Amino acid sequence: MSLFKVFDVAGTAMNAQSVRMNVTASNLANAGSVSGNPDEVYRARHPVFATFGDALASESGVGGVRLEGVIESQAPLQKQFQPDHPEADEDGNVYISNVSTIEEMVNMMSASRSYQNNIEMINTTKDLLLQTLSLGR
Amino acid sequence: MKIQPFAHHEQALKFRELRNEVLSSNIANADTPGYKARDVDFGTAMKNAQLGQLSMQRTNERHQSAPNANSIGASLQYRIPMQSTLDGNTVETDVEQAAFAENAVQYRATLSFLDGKIRSLRYALKGSD
Repeated sequence: MSLFKVFDVAGTAMNAQSVRMNVTASNLANAGSVSGNPDEVYRARHPVFATFGDALASESGVGGVRLEGVIESQAPLQKQFQPDHPEADEDGNVYISNVSTIEEMVNMMSASRSYQNNIEMINTTKDLLLQTLSLGR
Repeated sequence: MKIQPFAHHEQALKFRELRNEVLSSNIANADTPGYKARDVDFGTAMKNAQLGQLSMQRTNERHQSAPNANSIGASLQYRIPMQSTLDGNTVETDVEQAAFAENAVQYRATLSFLDGKIRSLRYALKGSD
């Protein structure tokens, strides 16, 4: 029964999307965090997805989603002159994290929609399987 | 007389099962960069099944299997996206979801055809419901 494979595929996709949600939550929580050292400032993180195995070459062409890694955004940090800030460096500057709140909100919506799509897929396939089981009754 | 009551419906059910799997893979990879959406064509698969060209026989383990051919003789085709994206992903979630729903309904249709066949066979055997 190859219908069971759908559960694996959707499961890996949901896992990947939940990692994306976690990373987004971490970014949003750290948005606007400040440091006097540009190397220590929180940088926005983004998950990178890839297809499981070589799905494009395989016979059935079915592949789940794999998390390839989490990359740190290289977008420039915002420098602000705040000499009375306790974290300020000797020139009186602080660096603000490069998290874009709007981008993260969009990411969150996209992740939750994709998660819902996968749940719908599982529900439909489960119905089909149950109906197949009751064939001829 | 050789009775094959489930002949075509069995093939159709197998095809629907495969298509369900391919479409679910498309939807699952909707956010994967570089993923190319694929689909199988029912007409080709059914024609191949009727012609008996299911798959090439491998009588030696060094024989190569035919590329992109699976047990029901349907080959995977890449979908041409209506709007291309910069990350090389060709999955359009709405198109895939529509196809997935269509496929699920047709799977159910095949199931009910099979159910009807089973019912009428049982009726013929027992002479009553």
